[in-house]
Amino acid sequence: MDTVRLVIDGKEVTTAAGNTILMAARQAKIHIPTLCYHPRLPVSGACRVCVVEVEGRPALVASCAMPVAEGMVVHTKTERVLRARRLVVDLLLASGDHNCLLCQSNGSCELQDLAYELGIESFRFPVDSPGYPKDTSNAMIERDLNKCILCGRCVRACNEVQVNEVIDFGYRGGKAKIVTAWDLPYGESECVFCGECVSVCPTGALTERQAKFKARPWKLQKVRTTCAYCGVGCQLELNVAEGQVVKVTSDYRYGPPNFGSLCVKGRFGYDFIHHPERLKTPLVREKDSFREASWDEALELVAKKFSEIRSRYGADALAGLTSAKCTNEENYLFQKFFRAVLGTNNVDHCARL
Amino acid sequence: MTNSISEIERADVILVTGSNTTEMHPVIGSFVKRAVRQRGAKLIVVDPRRIPLVNYADLWLAPKPGTDIAWINGMIHVILEEGLEDKQYIQERTEGFEALKECVEAYTPERVEKITGIPSELLIEAARIYAKAPAASILYAMGITQHTKGTDNVKALANLAMCCGNVGIANAGVNPLRGQNNVQGACDMGGLPNVFSGYQPVGDPQVREKMAKAWGVSRLPEGPGLTLMEMIQGALDGKIKGMFIMGENPMISDPDLHHVEEALRRLDFLVVQDIFLTETGRLAHVVLPGASFAEKDGTFTNTERRVQRVRKAVDPPGQARQDWEIICDLSSRMGMAMSYESPEEIMEEIRAVTPSYGGITYSRIEKVGLQWPCPTLDHPGTPFLHKDRFTRGRGLFHPVEYRPEPEEPDEEFPLYLSTGRILYHYHGGSMTRRSVGLVERAPACEVEISPEDAEKLGIGDGNRVRIRSRRGQIEAVARVTDKAVEGTVFVPFHFAEAAANLLTHSHLDPISKIPGYKVCAVRVEPA
Amino acid sequence: MTVDELKRIKERARTFDKVEAGEVHVVVGMNTCGIASGARETMHAFQEGMKRLGIKGRVFQTGCIGMCFEEPLVDIIEAHKPRITYRHVDGAKAERILEEHLSEGKVVMEWAMAQFPNGGKPLEGLPLYSELPYNSKQKKIVLRKCGFIDPEDIEQYIATDGYFALAKALKEMTPEEVISEIIASGLRGRGGAGFPTGLKWKATREAKGSPKYVVCNGDEGDPGAFMDRSVLEGDPHAVLEGMLIAGYAIGAKEAYIYVRAEYPVAVKRLQKAIAQAKKYGLLGDGILGTDFSFDIKIKMGAGAFVCGEETALLASIEGKRGMPRPRPPFPAQSGLWGKPTNINNVETFANVPAILLNGASWYSSFGTENSKGTKVFCITGKVKNSGLIEVPMGITLREVIFDIGGGILQDRGFKAVQTGGPSGGVLPESLLDLPVDYQELSKAGSIMGSGGLVVMDEATCMADVARYFLTFTQSESCGKCTPCREGLQRMYQILDRICQGNGRPGDIEDLEELARSVKDASLCGLGQTAPNPVLTVLRYFREEVEAHIRERRCPAGVCVALIRYEIDPEKCKACGICRKKCPVGAVEGAPKVVHRILQDKCIKCGTCLEVCPPKFSAVRKV
Repeated sequence: MDTVRLVIDGKEVTTAAGNTILMAARQAKIHIPTLCYHPRLPVSGACRVCVVEVEGRPALVASCAMPVAEGMVVHTKTERVLRARRLVVDLLLASGDHNCLLCQSNGSCELQDLAYELGIESFRFPVDSPGYPKDTSNAMIERDLNKCILCGRCVRACNEVQVNEVIDFGYRGGKAKIVTAWDLPYGESECVFCGECVSVCPTGALTERQAKFKARPWKLQKVRTTCAYCGVGCQLELNVAEGQVVKVTSDYRYGPPNFGSLCVKGRFGYDFIHHPERLKTPLVREKDSFREASWDEALELVAKKFSEIRSRYGADALAGLTSAKCTNEENYLFQKFFRAVLGTNNVDHCARL
Repeated sequence: MTNSISEIERADVILVTGSNTTEMHPVIGSFVKRAVRQRGAKLIVVDPRRIPLVNYADLWLAPKPGTDIAWINGMIHVILEEGLEDKQYIQERTEGFEALKECVEAYTPERVEKITGIPSELLIEAARIYAKAPAASILYAMGITQHTKGTDNVKALANLAMCCGNVGIANAGVNPLRGQNNVQGACDMGGLPNVFSGYQPVGDPQVREKMAKAWGVSRLPEGPGLTLMEMIQGALDGKIKGMFIMGENPMISDPDLHHVEEALRRLDFLVVQDIFLTETGRLAHVVLPGASFAEKDGTFTNTERRVQRVRKAVDPPGQARQDWEIICDLSSRMGMAMSYESPEEIMEEIRAVTPSYGGITYSRIEKVGLQWPCPTLDHPGTPFLHKDRFTRGRGLFHPVEYRPEPEEPDEEFPLYLSTGRILYHYHGGSMTRRSVGLVERAPACEVEISPEDAEKLGIGDGNRVRIRSRRGQIEAVARVTDKAVEGTVFVPFHFAEAAANLLTHSHLDPISKIPGYKVCAVRVEPA
Repeated sequence: MTVDELKRIKERARTFDKVEAGEVHVVVGMNTCGIASGARETMHAFQEGMKRLGIKGRVFQTGCIGMCFEEPLVDIIEAHKPRITYRHVDGAKAERILEEHLSEGKVVMEWAMAQFPNGGKPLEGLPLYSELPYNSKQKKIVLRKCGFIDPEDIEQYIATDGYFALAKALKEMTPEEVISEIIASGLRGRGGAGFPTGLKWKATREAKGSPKYVVCNGDEGDPGAFMDRSVLEGDPHAVLEGMLIAGYAIGAKEAYIYVRAEYPVAVKRLQKAIAQAKKYGLLGDGILGTDFSFDIKIKMGAGAFVCGEETALLASIEGKRGMPRPRPPFPAQSGLWGKPTNINNVETFANVPAILLNGASWYSSFGTENSKGTKVFCITGKVKNSGLIEVPMGITLREVIFDIGGGILQDRGFKAVQTGGPSGGVLPESLLDLPVDYQELSKAGSIMGSGGLVVMDEATCMADVARYFLTFTQSESCGKCTPCREGLQRMYQILDRICQGNGRPGDIEDLEELARSVKDASLCGLGQTAPNPVLTVLRYFREEVEAHIRERRCPAGVCVALIRYEIDPEKCKACGICRKKCPVGAVEGAPKVVHRILQDKCIKCGTCLEVCPPKFSAVRKV
């Protein structure tokens, strides 16, 4: 691979040709803040937070989009650069309803982090929130476009990652906003609720509705696991607070098979876990109904009945259905139990259904 | 899958058949769409329904339900006729080609058009596109397998792929998309009547000896056991007296439900272990509360053979226990102590007795799962199968012939019924139908019907309709949509109150014993 | 079609503008400017009239000759007589011209504007066309055929050496030689940025990837600019020929012309031109007996200003929302559908045939050191002669405005001129002797742009002008990048506040900083240039803006919040005219009672001032 040498903030950096300034800087542990950039998404170069000064170039350049060149001299922290970055954040803060106190994303908001990083202490411009009504048209995704900073990550996630092609930029200038076809609310649009847009939103514009008022981001414990729906085996994170799963997320860094993408079932279909109808105790039939029983009673009864059938009719009068829902370990034990303990090969599951 | 999910994105041509990928495997659907939109891959969709992927496709072939072998053989016919087959591959890596050639001789595009309704020029174009691709991937799902000739369908697809050298190379292959999270693992672990874990035959004395020794028993049963459908029949016949059903709901998912219910009621003793009191559970003598995926440790194996960790995030509710603990407890009570400390310890035993899992340990799959075969601790796993040789050495062509369906539409039942899933629900619905967001999107059973059929039957969008077959009837809401093509209606099977499987027949594929869910004859009328 | 056949067509068609004795040709200007002034009716009147009066001859249409302010223009051509140009010919005037000039041979002198000798003896008392002040300082290369040929007749284009540049390129030159010629000519992109055209072609030719594309940017979005439209309407084949030559040079077989749907005449003429070129074998496979094949498709744009930006334009052709993306990669490397793409604007392509026919050194003999050739401008605003002009680079703004443009309307004082469209700078009187040249304009804080020239008189408020251009650019911002989307809005708010009389100390400094940052940090040319009007107004007219803030005064008397109309009780004779004409009833008074303006009702429309009889002059603006 061809390499390129350049100088960033006085430090000589060698990186692969074709890399961007941002990638080269990150390799060299030089921090450049970003906002519309997301490693999982194609580069947009829209927010202009990552601008840097490149010697010989009249205007500032977006480091996320600018490829490195041999001998390039880059400055990432000059007063000119910092002024431009601060202006961008000042403008964004004033462009909508960025009231962290009342925001679901407080504590996991990249705009909030940026304002802090850039040392912004007050609103430089009068706040001019567009006053869009909240989109609460569905039970899964809440859209508050007053918190949208038009970074376009959701658009790229929808069109370039999931390729659902549901949302895009609409209108122009100050009226620009993210729209579905005909500017309908999500619930009435062609949206399939994969939630990829929510997963990349840097602010509180797109949030998981069921997770609202359940737990603050810093109280969440993320447990990585494998999705329990179809056979893709998506890697996901159960976000747990006080013994409850309050939302599901993923992370592109987990790699295959899903590289951070999920579908509507994986992301939003978790609430069965804590459903009140969950079985909580063994049940034993008594005529036409069930009564609760202890594990001892229930399992003794099963052991007794299976033994009786086996001794009376032979082991092959017993049959078992193991489960495509259960783990490998459980399936293994189930067939071991049938073959080694009960003594029959009558084991199957719904592989064909 | 012979190949990996990531490879789909790099295929030159993707042929999707019998898989409504964007709804059933949405994340894989996105790999397909990215391949098309961003890499210029060609997409051929062969499906009787106008599934969403058709919007991304270069070609859409809509065969009459149940005529898959005809179009697949027809494509092979065209490929051979035009000399587009991979001659070197066929010579070096396969056998039985002459027999295949002879078999497909009769499947001229004209004849295939008569059987399938696919215009011959479309078939020819599809054959050319598929055959000329450096790497072409076939994706299929239950639309291919859930037929009375599902096994033959799969063989036919394998013939097509081998003909063009598309097995054993990257970004190609014949790729079944498995419908359930761990259906692959359940098979791998020996949850089948004829094999132990890793597909080691129960009929092989050496294997039995090895397993008996590992499990510390003197002998193991020899003959293959019964399949699910045979068990049901066995229960009806009085041969099966007791059943243990773990995490399955045949009262929704099996064909011809009246028949299933009768069978289960005849049992002397039925144990059901699940997380909800399912339709099957209601028939049980003992119900045991298991744990959901969020409440247990272990592994699942996905459709690309990747073994991945499942981690406990919360405790099971009430007294519910992890399923493996329940089995251990029961086993101990029946005379064989199972005293595993953790699922990890079980995995250690699995890899000791299962060659293809030999190299898979929890520490190795902590970050990224491994794809079996992975026989040793230093083996990197296998992204695609049959790289230099097939399991049996040379790949064998299995010529298969088209046969008509056991039940075709007639005057009384003039429409084809196809059953399956929808995006917002999953299988028997016990999980998804308890999820607020998903229920909001799809609250009730809808039958998809074409505008043409709807007009003929005087049915409007949103009307309540009755769907009857020879076996039963259900009511549902009509969804008049272009997704359905004239002559075929589609009903999802998630809804117990409108159980599609009251309508389906229980004719089985003779080899796989899979039911023919995708084709039966029904009548639709206003309710 | 072979080159020989092309020559034969030229021979055959050469005489299209020759008139036989006893015949008369009537040529009507039928560009959008003409049509909007009523040329269809005029043309119809001549067609009908000639039939009715039994006059032998034909009626032709032609493109815009540049004098939009004189439309509808009609030329009468007779054998051995000077060709006479009439201005403002409506249906009624046509009747009299038919009767007097066409029937009786008497030129209607009061409507005649100029004459071409045409081999005939010049008429006394009528200026020669070339000597009109409007024309004498122009040099027409791009527009040389506009107004002289029928744009819907390919043979007239061929008759005037059309497609011979293509023939020369295909038969006598390698693609590399074509590129060298264009480089040597010094031609720079006429769309605004002024990138050397030949270098762009070279980069596209050398880029890896196939197929390659040629794209013509006809998305002319500057308000008041119509250079490209006039060329497309008046000489569409010149653009096609330029694109063909570019295609040959870079190795492309497919091309798109992106043209606004609001240009229906241009679209129609392009469609006809493409169809004719195909019919004559000048588009399609194996052009002029070579193995060069080329096809051109028209893509209509929906009228987004930002689609004039090349990456946004390409996205729009691909069917996506027209939004720019960062460069590099430049379209030459990765353009349409990710393939190497050469994109030039209409005027640039239209220059190409002339350069190949006459040679690079001929072309580079016009213009300045770094800006060669000519430039087409649309001169509009408070100028007497507004229209389309083509001048050699290096001409001064003064020459353009006062010699060609004829000076300021109503002979008022000149205040400023804006070059380069809504994102160009506003230049004061002190810079009138600035030569029109990419570098010079840029140094002065403006741009060449695509060729808009808006002239402003002394009654113009510069704060208001800056605000006006911002209303345009901020509403046309695509919304993608933060500085442009949000920054321009903020700038607009501050300017609006200043114009409303609510300016605050520090506003000017804020405005300047915002403007500089928006320029510095925006993604595409729209944002990078949109602050130019504001910055130049602050540079050249700062005191005027300051007066709005410090003294709450609009020196030009334009900003309504800062002006008042008053009636001088000494002078008012209570005639009642202003009271009657006031649209909102804000004038109080009665016969013989001195009138008074009710300030809380007044909408400051200025009617009272206009109608107050000059002999009283009682109303004044304060």
